[in-house]
Amino acid sequence: MTDAMIGLVALPLTGAVATLLLPRSATVVAIGAGLATTIAAALLLFGVANQGALHYEMGGWSTGLGITLRADGLSALLLMMTSLVALAASVYASAYFSAASERARFWPLWLLLWTSLNALFLSGDLFNLYVTLELLGLSAVALATLGGKRAAAEAALRYLLVGLLGSMLFLAGVSLIYAGYGTLDLATLPRVVEPGPIAWTALAMMTTGLLLKTALFPLHFWLPPAHASAPAPVSAVLSALVVKAAFYLVLRLWLDVFANVVTPVAANLLGLLGACAVLWGSWRALQAERLKLLAAWSTVAQLGYLFLFFPLLLALPPGPTRDLAAGGLVMLALTHGFAKAGLFLAIGVIQQRCGHDTIRDLDGTAQHLPATTFAIALAGVALIGLPPSGAFLGKWQLLAGAVETGQWLWLVVTATGSLLAAAYIFRVLGHAFGHQPYPNQPVTVAREEWPALLLTAMAALVLGLGGAPVWKLLEIGT
Amino acid sequence: MNWDAWLPVLVVASSLLPGLVIFFLREGSHRLRTALNLVGAILKLVLVGILIWGVFHEHVYESRWTLAPGLDLVLHADTLSVLFVTLSTVLWLVTTVYAIGYLENAPHRSRFFGFFSLCVSATVGLALAGNLFTFVIFYELLTLSTYPLIAHRGTPEAVRGARIYLAYTLGGGMLLLIGTVWLHVLAGPTAFVEGGILGRLPAEYHPQLKVIFLLLIIGLGVKAALVPLHGWLPQAMVAPAPVSALLHAVAVVKAGAFGIVRVVYDVYGVNFTDQLGLLTGLGIAAAITIVYGSIKALFQDNLKKRLAYSTVSQVSYIALGTAILGPIGTIGGIVHLVHQGIMKITLFFTAGNYAETLGIHKVSEMNGVGRRMPATTLAFSVAALGMIGVPPVAGFVSKWYLGLGALEAGMAAWVMPVLIISSVLNAAYFLPVLYRAWFREPGPAWPAEHIPAARFETSAALLWPPVVTATLALAAGLFAAAPYSPLEWATLIAHREYGL
Repeated sequence: MTDAMIGLVALPLTGAVATLLLPRSATVVAIGAGLATTIAAALLLFGVANQGALHYEMGGWSTGLGITLRADGLSALLLMMTSLVALAASVYASAYFSAASERARFWPLWLLLWTSLNALFLSGDLFNLYVTLELLGLSAVALATLGGKRAAAEAALRYLLVGLLGSMLFLAGVSLIYAGYGTLDLATLPRVVEPGPIAWTALAMMTTGLLLKTALFPLHFWLPPAHASAPAPVSAVLSALVVKAAFYLVLRLWLDVFANVVTPVAANLLGLLGACAVLWGSWRALQAERLKLLAAWSTVAQLGYLFLFFPLLLALPPGPTRDLAAGGLVMLALTHGFAKAGLFLAIGVIQQRCGHDTIRDLDGTAQHLPATTFAIALAGVALIGLPPSGAFLGKWQLLAGAVETGQWLWLVVTATGSLLAAAYIFRVLGHAFGHQPYPNQPVTVAREEWPALLLTAMAALVLGLGGAPVWKLLEIGT
Repeated sequence: MNWDAWLPVLVVASSLLPGLVIFFLREGSHRLRTALNLVGAILKLVLVGILIWGVFHEHVYESRWTLAPGLDLVLHADTLSVLFVTLSTVLWLVTTVYAIGYLENAPHRSRFFGFFSLCVSATVGLALAGNLFTFVIFYELLTLSTYPLIAHRGTPEAVRGARIYLAYTLGGGMLLLIGTVWLHVLAGPTAFVEGGILGRLPAEYHPQLKVIFLLLIIGLGVKAALVPLHGWLPQAMVAPAPVSALLHAVAVVKAGAFGIVRVVYDVYGVNFTDQLGLLTGLGIAAAITIVYGSIKALFQDNLKKRLAYSTVSQVSYIALGTAILGPIGTIGGIVHLVHQGIMKITLFFTAGNYAETLGIHKVSEMNGVGRRMPATTLAFSVAALGMIGVPPVAGFVSKWYLGLGALEAGMAAWVMPVLIISSVLNAAYFLPVLYRAWFREPGPAWPAEHIPAARFETSAALLWPPVVTATLALAAGLFAAAPYSPLEWATLIAHREYGL
């Protein structure tokens, strides 16, 4: 199964090079590489589920000298989500970009982004994580400029600067760790790190850098313009996956590597910022005039929920209750990934068919694009956290954790945020019921509508009804 | 899995699958859509028949599916769920026939019937829910599938009414969810068990249990239209008549009332609820709602609005029966779940007939309508008299048991006045309508005559459903003592609840 780990990095990377060399058949090559990568991710998930956590030392160099790849339940799940989302977005992108020149620029960067995401989820030490984080940031910025408009370029420039600042902070933290403990290996560090000025400073710097990249309130300012002005498939991946990668690192650092360094006060601070993100992000989404901006602000809010889990996880003693809450966190992150990617793709369909995405003028859209409207509704169910979506199970655990630890504030924030989400989703769906002339034909699903529909169905139905294995997989740690 | 484990799933699937197929049908394929609808409805009826027989003979039907560790989706048939499932299934069949006639040549029928089927599937799932977690899931699904039906006409008022509905029900749903999660943390998985499960918790939890009860009842009370949570119901009457029937009789309001019955009897246990001192509060809320709804109904000239306020009032009889400690009060409340359903659906069908046939929307336009539409008006009269509580219509049986139960429980001092005031008010808002319809001279012309009188006074698909349900309302009263009648079944439920 270690072959699958190598494949997850090598396949998209080879694809990236191949699309650069063969621009004419770039689309076919890219989709092929994407399919192969997805199969590798499935194999890895299967392998981890059956054999437990995996690790592989590249070139036979032992840990500390060479590059080590690791996969546990959490990374296998995130890799699977990444592959499915990226594959669906690839299929959509093949229909989205009509000009050959656009495609030639798009595919190599796209596959490079995919490579760096996979490498990040597989990395076993802090330096490699820094490298993959940097690669990810750069390819994401390059993709965001493909919108071609002035606004896109401005937003991407800001995105670039923020990303670089984040990486610098992260790198500074990493060097501090290396100076203090002489190792960067994620498996060794938890045993040697002890509370003290070095660990605290390093953690603070790395976390701040990552929070900047994951756009936690009040460091979210760059996200809405960047995500709203990028091309639809790029927005989908930025919102669903790229911010999650930084979040994944926060999770690893706080819960595994620095578990004995983190203090409840710090966790409460993260929770508080998360709460502000939920409320402010949802409120701004409600005010948004364009669909893409709504989706981007909703991402700010949804990331906030993930941070609400930190004070709960820190307050719960290790045991089944804590594992349930941690599973809820991952479930929420996975559901959001699928739902948000699907939402952006659906918005892309509307934008291309109707020429705009102004919410006020959406009357009649539903009559022409019933499948896309349905996809938006499914995404909405997941974003609000209604059953049968995976987010419902995630929020259930969030609420249960808040009750269990008596932290009622988070419960109130979650409830308010969910109702605000319902308000902004149904503000859009209310436009689906006009009596504009409609074609007398059955509901049709065009080729570019399928990816959005499948992704949102994954979020709203599959994860919610068949999500129990997620908790099982998370028991498999490194 | 064996047959007993699949039956509850099949009962839900028999409307879910046709509904999903209907979404994809061409707008013009009228026959196929009708066939799918009717086949689904009849199949469900057959399956429910088996369920009734089995539950009566104490068969266990249970399907279970794990969604997350400790959180199981459970469909389970017991006497109470069978009562509600049967009501929904029978009325769904009738309403489908009515809706086919009502929406003839209207736009977006595939969308309408698709969501219509989803709505009934959610209701049946909610009725069969074996624990509070499952109940919450279907409760929210019901909200989601009803929203497009209320907004169906697409006018600004319809979209607004739907939005108000959503604001109320999602808000209530959130409180219900919080209460359920809280209860889950305290007591673990809360399966519905006759007699409840919370009585065995230590006394230090009792204050929390009281708060949870309040959260649950408020969450359920939104759909059950308990005052002051009823604001959405009169707004939602902009929906097409079959949807009103669904809201008021088959699904939504009933889901709230059914939930209250479940929480009191099968989660808390009625004796434990009483011990916590919560039963009286519920009774008072119900009593206020009953009187308030009736008074508001008195002042509505719009017929559907008058009926809507009447629902606010009548549904709380169920909560009132729940609040009366003792098997007889329980019987009165539970049997009203069925009786109110068949009477109120008749009233909404007939109101729809007046609007569709003659363009009558207001009570003041109904002068002499009994001569033009005798069968419809007869059905209306039977249901209205039943609502007042005139024997031998079904409503009389409910009120009789409620009064008797209050006497038995020593609560007659305040329940009796409520029953009497409410019946007087019911008479005050229904009898003038009957008088106008039968005895006043008709005006020179009807507001807008859409369907001319031919063989029948209106189209057959519109005429038969209210006639059938009015007959059912009469039969439920006349043959109340027959085996498998709603009353007999409610008695069976009460006996099992109280362990008699």
